[in-house]
Amino acid sequence: MLQGFLPQLLSGLWVTVQLALAAVCVGLVMGILGAAMKLSPIAPVRWIAEVYTAIFRGLPELLTVLLVYFGGTVLLTAIVGDYVEVSAFGAGVAALGITFGAYATEVFRGAIIAIPKGQIEAAHAYGMSKLLTFRRVVLPQVWRIALPGLGNLFLVLMKDTALVSVVGLEDLMREADIASRYTKEPFTFYMAAAVMYLGLTVVSMAVLHRLEKRANRGQRRAAS
Amino acid sequence: MSQADNAPPAPQTAAPTLEVVDIHKRFGGLEVLKGISLEARDGDVISIIGSSGSGKSTFLRCINFLETPDTGLVRIGGEEVRVRPGRGGKPGIASHKQLERLRTRVGMVFQSFNLWPHLTILENVMEAPVHVLGQNKAEVRDRAMALLDKVGIAAKRDHYPNHLSGGQQQRAAIARALCMEPQVILFDEPTSALDPELVVEVLGVIRKLADEGRTMLIVTHEMAFARDVSSQIMFLHEGRVEEQGPPSKLFKDPSSERLRQFLANHLH
Ligand SMILES: Nc1ncnc2c1ncn2[C@@H]1O[C@H](COP(=O)(O)OP(=O)(O)OP(=O)(O)O)[C@@H](O)[C@H]1O
Ligand SMILES: [Mg+2]
Repeated sequence: MLQGFLPQLLSGLWVTVQLALAAVCVGLVMGILGAAMKLSPIAPVRWIAEVYTAIFRGLPELLTVLLVYFGGTVLLTAIVGDYVEVSAFGAGVAALGITFGAYATEVFRGAIIAIPKGQIEAAHAYGMSKLLTFRRVVLPQVWRIALPGLGNLFLVLMKDTALVSVVGLEDLMREADIASRYTKEPFTFYMAAAVMYLGLTVVSMAVLHRLEKRANRGQRRAAS
Repeated sequence: MSQADNAPPAPQTAAPTLEVVDIHKRFGGLEVLKGISLEARDGDVISIIGSSGSGKSTFLRCINFLETPDTGLVRIGGEEVRVRPGRGGKPGIASHKQLERLRTRVGMVFQSFNLWPHLTILENVMEAPVHVLGQNKAEVRDRAMALLDKVGIAAKRDHYPNHLSGGQQQRAAIARALCMEPQVILFDEPTSALDPELVVEVLGVIRKLADEGRTMLIVTHEMAFARDVSSQIMFLHEGRVEEQGPPSKLFKDPSSERLRQFLANHLH
């Protein structure tokens, strides 16, 4: 089947999945931090977050991948003082994660603002510190409110993993590329890759749907 | 933090449970509170009445510093929090730790309940004792169940707030306040957001607490209720205490013309 290239495609698929999951973890952390910074009472902290989101929402993602990959090598070499090459995977996680984080910052910010002020006042009135209030009252609800928006960003992220193949990462896209050149049957292999990407999307959507259902426990009023 | 500054219970019974001294508060150009003081002794139920905009809510919120007063101090159970002019002339509170400790001793029940919708009723009640006071979860749980039973919603303990009626939510909020074992409970119009038929059940719970000898401050427009349960009535007008005294005096024979008018409009 697929002239013996199936194992390569599957290993590429696995790299793609790992890249997407690692990048979304980085991105979620960046997004929460970015949102917290944008809502900070300290102006310079807000500016840093503004600059961050402006840059990484403005740059074409392919360019971000290239900049992180080549720039990362230069930067790390300068810091370490010895030649260090950034791995394609590492650069991909960083570039996709940072970009995801820039968009997620806005999603999280909107979600935090959407939480009724009275709930936060109640937390303060019962002696919760700002940090505890954020952790126990705000964050669990932010998750629920932000989930649909984040899910969307994740689906986009998964497709953008293909961009990292330009710096040599052996992900699904690159494996399909190699196979199609070798066999001179591009349509077969690009089609196979397409089916696999769609499969990933379907699985992701199913997982997101379950997460949303779980997060929405207790939210809707009982049907009356 | 040493234990020494948690003063032991005062030996003389004369010391007030809650002492609020000379609270001033302005919002922009508007002076909303013009120096209000109050003393509540153990078991006192003080109802705060007055027309809309007279500063009742603001005063209540200054007691647990949800609003920072411009000047004034609050003393409760040996803890004293005082406002100091901070950086740039903005009023501030010296110690956040101290403020959080004061807040654990003052319960608050809000007009719009403000339960946390992502937690069940039982979890709402257990949240602060477990995560703020650091009490043992099993013990808090027992106490929370007993309180939910007392306010008559034990059967709803695993439901989420949005699945309850307003009256049930407010009773849950009262259980949440009680579970902290506060020395004083503040109520800001606890029945104003409720449908008329649900008001009675919430007032019933508050009445029960009054009979138990809880110390409470209640902002309310329910005059008949205030007259029945209160040991003191405080009538606010434009940020000042216009008249204060036992309900028998204030409701039957008010000295202030403004209170007379107010009562004429509110006692049906
Ligand atoms: N955060 C705020 N910013 C500006 N003005 C405020 C703020 N909170 C209250 N005020 C003003 O302070 C005055 C007193 O308000 P407060 O809510 O204490 O009145 P109240 O006696 O509780 O009235 P009600 O019976 O309508 O609840 C009002 O004029 C109100 O507009
Ligand atoms: Mg009010």
